[in-house]
Amino acid sequence: MSDAFVSLQSLTLAYGDTIAVPDLSLDVRQGELISLLGPSGCGKSTTMRAIAGLLAPRAGRIGIAGRDVTRVPANRRNVGLVFQSYALFPHLTAFENVAFGLRLKRMRGAEIERRTRDGLATVGLDHLARRKPAEMSGGQQQRLALARSLVMEPDVLLLDEPLSNLDARLRLEMRNELQRVQRATGVTMVFVTHDQAEALALSDRIVLMRDGRIEQLDTPEGLYARPRTRFAADFVGFENIFDVVPEGLKGPEGTVPHRVPHRVPGDVAALAWRPGGVRVGSGELRGRVAGVAFAGTTREYVLDSALGRIRADAPAGAERLAIGDQVAFDLPPETACPLGTA
Amino acid sequence: MPTLASRVVLALVLTFLIGPFVIIILAGLSAGNSLAFPPDGLSLKWYLKVFTVESFQASFALSMFLAVFGTLAALALGVPAAYALNRYDLPGAETVRIIVAAPIIVPGIIVGLALLRYLVVPTGVGVTLALFLAHTALVLPYAVRVVSSSLHNLRADMEEAAVLLGCTRLQAFFKVVLPNIRAGVLAAFILGFVTSFNQVPVSLFLSGPGVRTLPIDMLAYMEITYDPSVAALSALLAFLSVAIVFAAEKFLGFSRYV
Repeated sequence: MSDAFVSLQSLTLAYGDTIAVPDLSLDVRQGELISLLGPSGCGKSTTMRAIAGLLAPRAGRIGIAGRDVTRVPANRRNVGLVFQSYALFPHLTAFENVAFGLRLKRMRGAEIERRTRDGLATVGLDHLARRKPAEMSGGQQQRLALARSLVMEPDVLLLDEPLSNLDARLRLEMRNELQRVQRATGVTMVFVTHDQAEALALSDRIVLMRDGRIEQLDTPEGLYARPRTRFAADFVGFENIFDVVPEGLKGPEGTVPHRVPHRVPGDVAALAWRPGGVRVGSGELRGRVAGVAFAGTTREYVLDSALGRIRADAPAGAERLAIGDQVAFDLPPETACPLGTA
Repeated sequence: MPTLASRVVLALVLTFLIGPFVIIILAGLSAGNSLAFPPDGLSLKWYLKVFTVESFQASFALSMFLAVFGTLAALALGVPAAYALNRYDLPGAETVRIIVAAPIIVPGIIVGLALLRYLVVPTGVGVTLALFLAHTALVLPYAVRVVSSSLHNLRADMEEAAVLLGCTRLQAFFKVVLPNIRAGVLAAFILGFVTSFNQVPVSLFLSGPGVRTLPIDMLAYMEITYDPSVAALSALLAFLSVAIVFAAEKFLGFSRYV
């Protein structure tokens, strides 16, 4: 509790009769970038709305900056939220959008002017102050929404799918922008995203959520290399997951003998391989090429095997296989990720 | 490329719609003393006479009052109603929508008779007040409908953004929602104004001695005096309506809301 800046304790969140989040506890450190990651319906947005004060918890407690805000209304929580849709005010100029919250604070005009200018400059929009949101590009609108929240100097800044509406190039730009802003302001940021790449790229820590529960709380490196459950492994790109049975490995199509790696402890329920961890061209397993796609540095294969479908990446320089070719492959123990029973 | 047949149909429809206007306008320009078409010579005397008839002045004032304040009252009730129906998952919302729409669906004659029998007669409310209440009720459905459609296009997260920036829900409504549905509210006002101003059947039942709306007064006038001034007045009112709708379309894109 000591280093928790945002503290969620046994939070139960519901819409009507539907419990979206049954019992969630999470501590976020000050100045941290943390992501709530998961597929739609996992409770990540619900949790974010609860932190913002837009949804009252059924049970539990929310603390922000050492203050119990469970019963504090959204407009007095000092929490910023950058909406996925940006939710800019279309009838106001960029300047007035940013000044909106400051004006409500009954600040002096000169102070509002100064802070608004600073806010627009922070996101590089000072030259567009007179524009209306509709006259700005998607990326500019996003930065405007960011500036509008930042000038309020929130304790926590929540971002709902901040990169999902941007094209690939803008995405990279915005990612850098968010990290730069975070370093400059030191604001604690909580992202909500369904995109594992986005979460891995941006976060200090990732909260992987599933059905309203925390599936795994880890660093990006930890989650990427050592997912602990089948769900987590699947989410971070381990596309080949097979149950460990006494005879070897069991897939949807059948069971094959397999040498279970020595370093794996006894309670392993399954082994998982990324497409890049599958060795194509040699090994004791046999498969038939069912699909192939060139992806620059690699060639991505789909193989039909006795286990079922295998996704495997081979170096682009390796021998080129065609659909229908028989090929040997291996699921090497050294590239396997052991998964627990959960 | 339109075929000959479709051109003929178009011409007939336009004639049917606009023809009566032309006849009325021309009939009002008559130099003779009775309402007739084709007009008996040409003069502007009936158009000028309209402004000197005292009962027209009084009934025009009443109609304007009802149209302006009845519509404003309907908006004062209708905007919050539309907001509540749009934003909250209210029990019985569908029932409320139907009840609100009732004055459009139920024939005016019945509304008028019902109001007379069950409002005016038992309570003895003044004629003006009864008319005001009736016109407010008649315009309310339009207010709710038109404002609903603009609220529907306004994302709810904009209000949440305003709240997170420090607004109360009420402030968010006035600072964010209202400015963004302004065009819809104005469209509802114009539609309500025209509806109220042209209202006949309900007003017919509720008009009392010396208190008549303009359309009712014109009917009464025609029963006694069959001169072209009614045609002249009708033409003037038609121009007024056209001017209002034209201005609304030009400045607001009125047709998007109706």
